[in-house]
Amino acid sequence: MLAYAARRLLATIPILLASTFFTFVLVDLSGDPLADLVFAEPPVPEATIQARRELLYLDRSIPERYWLWLTGVGDTNDDIGLLQGKWGPSVRNLDIGEEVAARFWVTFRLVLIATLAGLALAVVTGVVSAVKQYSRTDNLLTFVGFLALAMPTFWLAALAKEFGVWLNLRIDRRVFRTFGAQSADYASLTGVERFLDVLSHITLPTVVLMLTGYAVISRFQRASMLEVLNSDYVRLARAKGLSNTTVMRKHALRTALIPVVTLSALTVSGALTGSLIIELIFRWRGLGIFFIEALTARDTYAIMGFIMLAGVIIVIANLIADLLYGVLDPRIRYGG
Amino acid sequence: MAADTTPTGPIGDAQAIATQERSQLRIIASRFVRHRLAMASLVVLLLIMAFAFIGPLLWQWDHTVNRAIPSDAPPSLEHPFGTSRAGHDYMGQMMRATQQSLKVGIVVAIMVSGLGTLFGAIAGFYRGRVDAVIMRIVDILIIIPLLAVVLVLASQTTGTQWYHVALIIGAFGWLSTARVVRGLVLSLREQEFIEAARALGASDRRIIGRHIVPNAFGVIIVDATLVIAIAILVEAALSFIGFGITIPDTSLGILIQNAQTAVFVRPRLFYIPGVFLIAICLTINFIGDGLRDALDPKQLIARR
Repeated sequence: MLAYAARRLLATIPILLASTFFTFVLVDLSGDPLADLVFAEPPVPEATIQARRELLYLDRSIPERYWLWLTGVGDTNDDIGLLQGKWGPSVRNLDIGEEVAARFWVTFRLVLIATLAGLALAVVTGVVSAVKQYSRTDNLLTFVGFLALAMPTFWLAALAKEFGVWLNLRIDRRVFRTFGAQSADYASLTGVERFLDVLSHITLPTVVLMLTGYAVISRFQRASMLEVLNSDYVRLARAKGLSNTTVMRKHALRTALIPVVTLSALTVSGALTGSLIIELIFRWRGLGIFFIEALTARDTYAIMGFIMLAGVIIVIANLIADLLYGVLDPRIRYGG
Repeated sequence: MAADTTPTGPIGDAQAIATQERSQLRIIASRFVRHRLAMASLVVLLLIMAFAFIGPLLWQWDHTVNRAIPSDAPPSLEHPFGTSRAGHDYMGQMMRATQQSLKVGIVVAIMVSGLGTLFGAIAGFYRGRVDAVIMRIVDILIIIPLLAVVLVLASQTTGTQWYHVALIIGAFGWLSTARVVRGLVLSLREQEFIEAARALGASDRRIIGRHIVPNAFGVIIVDATLVIAIAILVEAALSFIGFGITIPDTSLGILIQNAQTAVFVRPRLFYIPGVFLIAICLTINFIGDGLRDALDPKQLIARR
C-alpha cells in the first residue's frame, strides 16, 4: 500500500504542475501587478517602473517566470524558487513564506475539523435517514440537508456571528469570540486556558463550515445506504440470522461508505473555499484573507502561493480517499 | 391514466417509436406534477421570477438612489421593504438583485450544460486518445477550487457586470458535468440501439446528437438545476467579497454585505436578501429532485 501511495503521489505531480502553470498564466493575463504604478499621477519615471519589473521578474516570459518560481534556477536576488523554500518577491514587500507559515495552521485547523465533523455528521444522519426511510425523522433530515445545500455560507456565517454576539450580551459572558482566531493575549495563557480560548473562537466558524460539506455528503450517504440495504447480500445476511447490528456494521455500512469516500475529497475543496469567506467574516488572520488581500494588491506570487497550497491539500485529500477505498472494499488490492 | 397503460417495451417500427417518445414525456410530466414538493417549488420559483423580471416594469422605484425616497424608513405601503440609509427603495433593489442572480444562474447553466455535454459526450463516445486528453484537462482544472479561479479572474476585471460573472463561472463550471456525462455516455455507447443505429449507417454526429445526448438528457437537466443553484451562490459570494457585480448595479451579495454590519439595527435589510437567496436555491434543488424522481426509469417500473 505504501508503494501504491508513493506511485499515486508521483502521478499527481504533473497534474499539480499543469494546474499551477495554468493558474500562473491566468493570473498573468488577468492584470498587470504594476498597473497602479504605470498609471500613477504624477507619473513615475520609466526607469523606476523598469527597476520594479526586474525586481518582480516581470521582464521575463511566462514559461521562464514559472520555471523560476518553481525552481529558482537563474534568479538574480536569491528570493524565488518554491523548491528551495523561497516563495518569490511580493508587490507589498512581504515575506510570503513567513506569512504563509504563520497563517497555515489557523486555516488548516479549521478546514480539517470542519471536514471531519461534517463527514461524521453526514454519515450518521445519512444512515439514520436510510434505515428509517420515509419516516418523520427521514423527512426532517432530508429537509435540513436541502436547506444546508441552499444556504449561502457568507450569510450563515454573518448570522452565526450575530448570534454569538447576541448570546454573549444576553447571558453576560463571552462564550463565543467572534473576532480573530485567538485572543490577543494568547501567548500569556496557560495550556487549558489556551485550549478554551481557541475553542471559543473556533466553534461558530466550524459549525458554519461543516454544513457545506454535510449537505452534499448526507444526501449521498442516504442514497448509497438505501441501495445497499435493498441488495441481495444484505438480505442473505439477514436470512442467515445475523443480528441487526452485525448486518448494519459489518455488511451494509462498510459498502455504503465507498461512494461517500470519493466525494469526501471534494468536500475538502469546498471547505477551503468556504474558509475564505468565513475568515473574512470572523476576521481570522488565515490563508483565506491572505489570498483575498493578495488578489486586491495583484500580488502574483502570493496568489500563486495560495493556489499551490490549496492544490497540494486537495491532491493529498484525494490520495487519502483512494487509500480508504482499499480499507473499505475488500476487492481492491494495492500492490504488484 | 392513459399514458401509464401504454406499453413501454422495445418496439420495432418507426411510427411506434414516435408515439413512444411522446407518451414517455407525458409520463414524466405527470410524475412531476404528482411530486407535490417539486410542484410547490416550481410555483414559488415562478413567483420569484415574476417578481424579478416583471416587477421592475410595474414598480415605480428602481434600484438606484432617488432623492424622493426618504432615508432609512421602515416598511410602509409606499416602500414595502422599507428604504436604505442612502435612499434606495429596498423593494426596487431586491427586484434588481434577484434578477441579476437568476440571470447569472440561467446563463451559467446553459454554458455549463452545453460545454459539459459537448466535452463529456465526445470523450465518452470516442474514448482512447481524445478521452484521455479531455479528461486530463478536466483533472488539471478541477484541482483548483472553483471559487479561487473565479476570484482570480473576477478580482482583476474592472467594472464587473453580471455577464462577466456568468461567463467566468461558466468557463470553469463544466468540469464535473463533463465527468458525469462521460460516464453516462461510456455505458450508453455499448448498448444495442447504438449498434443498431451504426448498422443503419448513421454518422457519429447523428449518433451523438440524435441517440446518445437525448438519452442522457434527464441526467443533464437534473445536473443543470444543481448548477443554477451553485452559480447563484458563487455569484452572491463573489459580490459579497467585493469582486463580483459592482455598484451602482446591485446583487443579493452586495445587499447582504451592506446590511451585515447592522444586523441588529436594521434586521430586515439582512434577512430579506438572505431569505430570497435561500428560497431560490431551495426551490431549484427541490425541482431538480422532482425531475430526478420523474425521470428515474427504476421508479417507472416499480409503479407500473
